[in-house]
Amino acid sequence: MTTTTIGPDVTAGEAAGNHPRGEVRVCDTTGLAICTTAERFMKLHAVFAVVSLLIGGVAAILIGLTRWPAVHLLPADWYYRLVTLHGLDMLIVMILNFEIAILYFAGAVLLNSRLYSKSLSWATLGLMLVGAVMCNATVLMGKADVMVTSYVPLRADPQFYLGLILFSVGTLLGVINFFGTLYIAKRDHTYEGSVPLITFGATAAAIIAVVTLLHAATTMIPTYLWSINLLSSIDPEWYRVTWWGLGHMSQQVNVCAMVSVWYLLGHLTVGSKPLSEAVCRSAFLLYILFINLASAHHELVDPGVGATWKIWNTSYAMYLAVLASMIHGFTVPASIEVAMRAKGFQRGLFGWLANAPWSNPGFSGFFLSLVIFGFGGGITGVTLGTQQINIMAHNTLRIPGHFHVTVVGGTALAFMALTYYVVPLIFQREFYAKALCRLQPYLFAIGITTMSIGMSFAGSYGVPRRHWDVEFSGSPFAPAFDSGAHVMLGLLGVGAVIAFTAVLLFVLLVVAAVFFGRSNAGRPMEPWHVERGVTAAVRASHGAGEDEEHRTPGTLVLVLVFLASFAVYYFANWLWLSDVWHVR
Amino acid sequence: MSIRPPAAGWFKAPHGAERLWIGLALCWCLVMSIAMPYWHFYGKQNSTGEAYRVEPGAFAQRVQRFVATNQVGELNGIPIVQPAPGGDAYLQAQMWSWFPVLKLKKGQTYRVHISSIDLQHGFSLHPLNMNFQVLPGYDHVLTLTPTSSGEFTIICNEFCGIGHHMMAGRILVEE
Ligand SMILES: [Cu+2]
Repeated sequence: MTTTTIGPDVTAGEAAGNHPRGEVRVCDTTGLAICTTAERFMKLHAVFAVVSLLIGGVAAILIGLTRWPAVHLLPADWYYRLVTLHGLDMLIVMILNFEIAILYFAGAVLLNSRLYSKSLSWATLGLMLVGAVMCNATVLMGKADVMVTSYVPLRADPQFYLGLILFSVGTLLGVINFFGTLYIAKRDHTYEGSVPLITFGATAAAIIAVVTLLHAATTMIPTYLWSINLLSSIDPEWYRVTWWGLGHMSQQVNVCAMVSVWYLLGHLTVGSKPLSEAVCRSAFLLYILFINLASAHHELVDPGVGATWKIWNTSYAMYLAVLASMIHGFTVPASIEVAMRAKGFQRGLFGWLANAPWSNPGFSGFFLSLVIFGFGGGITGVTLGTQQINIMAHNTLRIPGHFHVTVVGGTALAFMALTYYVVPLIFQREFYAKALCRLQPYLFAIGITTMSIGMSFAGSYGVPRRHWDVEFSGSPFAPAFDSGAHVMLGLLGVGAVIAFTAVLLFVLLVVAAVFFGRSNAGRPMEPWHVERGVTAAVRASHGAGEDEEHRTPGTLVLVLVFLASFAVYYFANWLWLSDVWHVR
Repeated sequence: MSIRPPAAGWFKAPHGAERLWIGLALCWCLVMSIAMPYWHFYGKQNSTGEAYRVEPGAFAQRVQRFVATNQVGELNGIPIVQPAPGGDAYLQAQMWSWFPVLKLKKGQTYRVHISSIDLQHGFSLHPLNMNFQVLPGYDHVLTLTPTSSGEFTIICNEFCGIGHHMMAGRILVEE
């Protein structure tokens, strides 16, 4: 029986660093040198993220209980208002705050450097805060019931667009700060050779973020001018194309950040290392080069953009970005398998998986995020993004059914899992109620998966998204939805309740730990798990030799099951499509 | 380790299971890449995005003319309009109604012109679950051949203000 220790991979003082006096501390668990300025801003952005998670979560449960036909909680205006608020606080405010914190970590901490600029960090935080408050207030006052997409000529109060612009500028400054940190770390030789994989992944995310934010400016600045009557009109198709250059690409920033977090948590929880640095890095490069084409997903049944444009953007190079995700989908679990086998868990195909530290919320959250993202999000996303299949899916509940398993079951869950290390390592506080911490990722995973299944199947019955009343009461031509659709909307509601319970639990656990937790300053964090049944003898007889390093039969079986599920779902959708009316 | 700079000489080609998987994944991506152009030429369901610029007012006039010349009845106070098989049909989206009710023949092909005279709307045909985007300023032409008969409901699936959830219309298809 041994306790898993995380480090020390980096011995303190190994590299010189460029920290000013008194602005660095050595992590007692990992041995990493931590820039205290970066640390302070990581804390502030983490708190900002958790607060917006709570606000967005409260909106989520109210929306979920409204879509559940048996409950139908909110009146129509508040339903649409909270859908807007929910999208804003979750997709934009919460996630980008987490990502800025990750950039500061991957830049300053992992490169043993100081953060590039303290004032830039304050400007980032300030603008993001002002922008978020402006948007939230405008929406809550009922002056911006425009959904997160705010498609023109639907009009919101100018303050809404201005808030978005300020928030985007703030985020851009944060990204510039990250690039500045990369520059001074290189200049001051704070590290040797190539940057670590996680910094590489974060750099990919940052590059995509810059392109995304340029799209944000291109869309939102003219729209703001239009809202204050300085421009007479905005072309709705132009708006949709440029807006999705922002809307979809921002999700690819999340994917890059999430994959980096997967590698980080694999390392922190079982000591894994990438199977092949070259493969992992090449996959990140594919994201940078090709992922922006994916934004065409949203205009597949639009007028005014032709079939050639639609097919080109959603096939060919776009699938190289899909390839990148499929590569990470193999290397992440494979690196876990190699690490676990090296520890002596050699039995059978899946002994390594069965003995994985499932009682460590950092591990369970990360691995569930991987499975949910891959099986749920990946398969549905690529299928819905197929030009013709989109005819059956556009603007139905299948769409949020898809992105709730990618962004929420994938990215948000990975960020929650990371928090179980951020609090003890960065805030230097121990969690209370460890049993509840261990339960939380499972509860959240079950809730969000149930909800997404409900959405996806309701959507396949034709139930629209962003829609208050599936009964269409008051309409002259009410459609009669299949009773199956009502069952699925009920499942959506039940899933939402479970997921919200898990979000609330998460917020309570984090707040209790951050404000009232026992300090662990001066000693390593309390480990989340104790490894089971590995004796020194077993370990010795199964040392990870060079030839052992690539033995991953279990992962190979898992990804083959994945590929088979993918093919079945994909071709089933073509079959369903061939059943509907002919259209050109 | 993923949190440390890798040892020098890290750029190595993949091998073993990893290499096999990259090959398999690439093949699958190629299959999916070919599927869309294949369906474009040989499949019956495609969104070609055919559209023409039109002023909302001008489109409303075309709809009125279409209704005046082809009306065959009335349903819930809304005209039922029967276009000639093979001809043009018009459908107008407006907060929060679809106008008029279309009466089509199964197996006949129509050029259905859809546009909005105010905000963006979504054309969603129930219970078939076929969905298209409707924009003001764009005459979106769907070359449509109903392959089943009966009563079909058009739902709006793009948020268009507070009465969005009441925006439904109808297409009747006879044998
Ligand atoms: Cu509408």
